[in-house]
Amino acid sequence: MSFDPERYVNQSVAAVPKSGIRKFFDVAQTIPGAISLGVGEPDFVTPYHIRNAAINSLLDGETAYTSNLGLMELREEIARYMEDRFQLRYQPKDEILVTVGASEAIDLALRALVNPGEEVLIPEPSYVSYAPGVVFTGGVPAPVPTHAGNGFQLEASELEKRITDKTKAIILPYPNNPTGAILTRENLEKVADVIRRHDLMVISDEIYAELTYAPEGHTSIATLPGMQERTIVINGFSKAFAMTGWRMGFLCAPAYFTGIMYKIHQYTIMCAPRQGQVAALEALRRGREDGMADVRLMRESYDRRRRLMVSSFREMGLDCFEPLGAFYVFPSIAKTGLTSDEFCTRLLKAESVVCVPGTAFGASGEGHIRCCYATALDKLNQALDRIRRFLSTL
Amino acid sequence: MDQLQMDLLTILQEDCRLPLEKLAVMTGKSLETVAETISNMEKDGVILRYSPVINWDKTARERVEAMIEVRVTPQRDQGFDAVAERIYRFDEVKTVYLMSGAYDLLLLVEARTLKELAYFVSTKLSTLETVTGTATHFVLKRYKSDGVVFEDKNKDKRLVVQA
Repeated sequence: MSFDPERYVNQSVAAVPKSGIRKFFDVAQTIPGAISLGVGEPDFVTPYHIRNAAINSLLDGETAYTSNLGLMELREEIARYMEDRFQLRYQPKDEILVTVGASEAIDLALRALVNPGEEVLIPEPSYVSYAPGVVFTGGVPAPVPTHAGNGFQLEASELEKRITDKTKAIILPYPNNPTGAILTRENLEKVADVIRRHDLMVISDEIYAELTYAPEGHTSIATLPGMQERTIVINGFSKAFAMTGWRMGFLCAPAYFTGIMYKIHQYTIMCAPRQGQVAALEALRRGREDGMADVRLMRESYDRRRRLMVSSFREMGLDCFEPLGAFYVFPSIAKTGLTSDEFCTRLLKAESVVCVPGTAFGASGEGHIRCCYATALDKLNQALDRIRRFLSTL
Repeated sequence: MDQLQMDLLTILQEDCRLPLEKLAVMTGKSLETVAETISNMEKDGVILRYSPVINWDKTARERVEAMIEVRVTPQRDQGFDAVAERIYRFDEVKTVYLMSGAYDLLLLVEARTLKELAYFVSTKLSTLETVTGTATHFVLKRYKSDGVVFEDKNKDKRLVVQA
């Protein structure tokens, strides 16, 4: 009898399809001189003083585990940060957990909440990890489509339509990757109302919170009446402080929930890497002293490029929703008659520009492409010229 | 200085060849406002000129650079300004600063050869009656200038496509 590896693996994991982005990545990598708008991270290197804090910590021989929840000093600093920036109060002692990137926090939250068969609402298009994360817990992802027509707003009515007696929680991914949408205060309140009425939990992924270009800034759903008790707020250092490779995230939740997630974290991770925590501590400390100067300068730089991208795509005749968060634009290429996948593949072949098909982020992303503008200005301008030329050949 | 001026200077310092249309889009202001703001900054001497940052080491041009510390006797009524002007009028002198500390003026001087540079110091600079002493430091290598790292090892290390 021949050995059949498929017999030995977890069937629900095996059934999750490979990432739609992967295929594209393999092709894009082989093209020399390609300009990539397909990245998903800042083009800044982590500010030097932050890197230096980690180097000094190594030189000082700080190589031991930290407490499971993370360095107390860091949790205290996170508590101040959450209060100063987002008007949210959490106890460093038992309501804040430092994680290996926001990704671990998402996984912890899902595993802590979802029983097999329970449903989790996921607005789409959105980040690729949520649905597989739900599946890994034995839960069932329930996509809630959003559309360019209404600015990719999550509509309370659309949400309510998809709630069943099995619905347990909703993931709230705003500011959104890939659309760049943020939820208006009005919509956020309506969504919160549905959540309270149906007694759901919220996993609020706010990793792009600092990259909000609306004058009023970011509003966390946890600040709305009756929401903090049922919300796990996820944030981190990757996007705001250009620290993606450090894998430093955190979650904030009422003590009971943090305690449940703590168990998973303790037995699987032990603690986030110490040097990353030291670097994160430096980022927040200095930020408190200089009014978050690092973040502000990077945000201003993204904002200028954001305006350039939206205006350029519109000039090319494409419909482009104005994103007020993250560092992506998500223009519609429906007019070209091509699917997202065809558009990106042909653009890559013809002009060596990498964009990501909207369908990688859920079926409702069809007709769109995701373009990341966290790239040097001269490269962006070149890429825009190439896209313009490509469009003229269609 | 208002926010628009700061934004424009930040962008121009990164790439001063961007057309006004793009500057207007990036700052969210009208073309006219941007054009006027830039023109005012030019008139006011905030923007002096638009020039590339050049790594001369990669060109065939022979070139020697030195930083020269200069001690001078300040003059009545004019302080250091008059003697600074006597010095900065020389073509070889590219930059002049008035400094606190052990010496008075710091010059960045350029010449084609070592010999030319030595000649400048000994016959033109040192002979000025107000100059009481000089110390010349030759530049061996330029690592970073005006915020630009010359041999930047920080190539983009990001994955080409990432969710």
